Amino acid sequence: MNPFSYSRPAGIAEAIGQAGPGSRFIAGGTNLLDLMKENVEQPARVIDITGLPLHDVVPTPDGGLRIGALVSNADLAWLPQVEWQYPLLSQAILAGASPQLRNMATTGGNLLQRTRCYYFYDAGVPCNKRKPGSGCPAREGLNRIHAIFGASAECVATHPSDMCVALAALEAVVHVQGRAGARTIEFADFHRLPADHPERDNQLADDELITAIELPAEGFAAHSHYLKVRDRASYAFALVSVAAALTLDGPTITAARLALGGVAHKPWRDRAVEAQLVGQPVSHETFTAAAEALVRDAEPLAHNAFKVRLVRRAVVRALEQAALGGQPS
Amino acid sequence: MSETTHTLELTLNGQPRSLQVLPWTTLLDLLREQLDLVGSKKGCDHGQCGACTVLRDGKRVNACLTLAIMCQGAHLTTIEGLADDAGLHPMQAAFIKHDAFQCGYCTPGQICSAVGLLEEGRAQSPAQVRELMSGNLCRCGAYGNIIDAIEDVRAGGGQ
Repeated sequence: MNPFSYSRPAGIAEAIGQAGPGSRFIAGGTNLLDLMKENVEQPARVIDITGLPLHDVVPTPDGGLRIGALVSNADLAWLPQVEWQYPLLSQAILAGASPQLRNMATTGGNLLQRTRCYYFYDAGVPCNKRKPGSGCPAREGLNRIHAIFGASAECVATHPSDMCVALAALEAVVHVQGRAGARTIEFADFHRLPADHPERDNQLADDELITAIELPAEGFAAHSHYLKVRDRASYAFALVSVAAALTLDGPTITAARLALGGVAHKPWRDRAVEAQLVGQPVSHETFTAAAEALVRDAEPLAHNAFKVRLVRRAVVRALEQAALGGQPS
Repeated sequence: MSETTHTLELTLNGQPRSLQVLPWTTLLDLLREQLDLVGSKKGCDHGQCGACTVLRDGKRVNACLTLAIMCQGAHLTTIEGLADDAGLHPMQAAFIKHDAFQCGYCTPGQICSAVGLLEEGRAQSPAQVRELMSGNLCRCGAYGNIIDAIEDVRAGGGQ
């Protein structure tokens, strides 16, 4: 790890005032310290934000929930209100990482995880995300875990979070604050596709801090399911994951949300497919047709064509589980 | 000590301590290299194996991914702090009773993690114990006996 200066501001404005190029905020530190040990991240200044007043979870006037950025992943997943109103979020969080890491990792930090692409993590090889313009060994190299949707010539990395897949499906809103003031970002717009700037994972400016995640009132509690497919039974990143959420009127689908993890540079949503589900009856045929439509634009690489089939099957299964009532299988 | 050294006040295994640390020292390195508490192990040093698991304010965390300087005011318990004058912690006794280890390298982390697991109160079956112990790897493959030991304590029969 490189030497750095350390500070622990007591207020949000003070923290933002200290931020800039070469600085990193630290809270749980579970990904940042790991990357610092690999010399992928070498911040000159580390700003400890754990003393900021961002630990509360409060109901919003419209029936939603505002989650402070410093609430731990474990506390959030096991919060009774989240288990009851947003079981999809609870399931997704508990599908990720390990109990130790979930105790440390924060809500805001989870959004800022970097990809686990092997080449990004290896400071001894080129990587456009780590060093813009240096090249992408993954595109022609080992790319079993990489993207099948929305990749670019410069980058085929995937976003690693489970929690973010659920937040995308639930259409959360990200509250951020910077020196220019506070603003909100729709979850779908928060993370970026790589395009020509894979070094930028999201829309945050250097001085901007995530302060809260806000969930709308609709949590799809009766019909949602998070399905994660990985190389071992627990504690592994998703090859493919699906957050599925439905509202039903009898046998008819009246609203649908689908978000995928492990397949793109950001949680992947396809609104045309969601729209296609609305008005259809709950059936294997309905869900298969949606899954077929979803993978039509997939662009697999040499080693990850299996993800196309896996997405198709995982989407059908997640939707079927959601229709049944969504308990973890 | 250089000017970049910071003073860290915390409670370690029940004892108040005042320590001098560099910002980039991990909690695991502080324990092992500065304080000679070598029960917590450095397996992967990347949060993947759980051998460094300690209890911070009662919750299990990876010491290798924790900056020591960020433990200001924390109450830390390592494997060295689990036993008391009355004898071994019930989880330590259960690991012995069930032969829940072979080489023993992962054992301090397994035991601290298991103590944290029971404190969480979320595991209600052997399958749930297994899932909620997934952050601790055992390369000898003693998982069956580890689960048995934890189940024994969970059922109240840890001696």
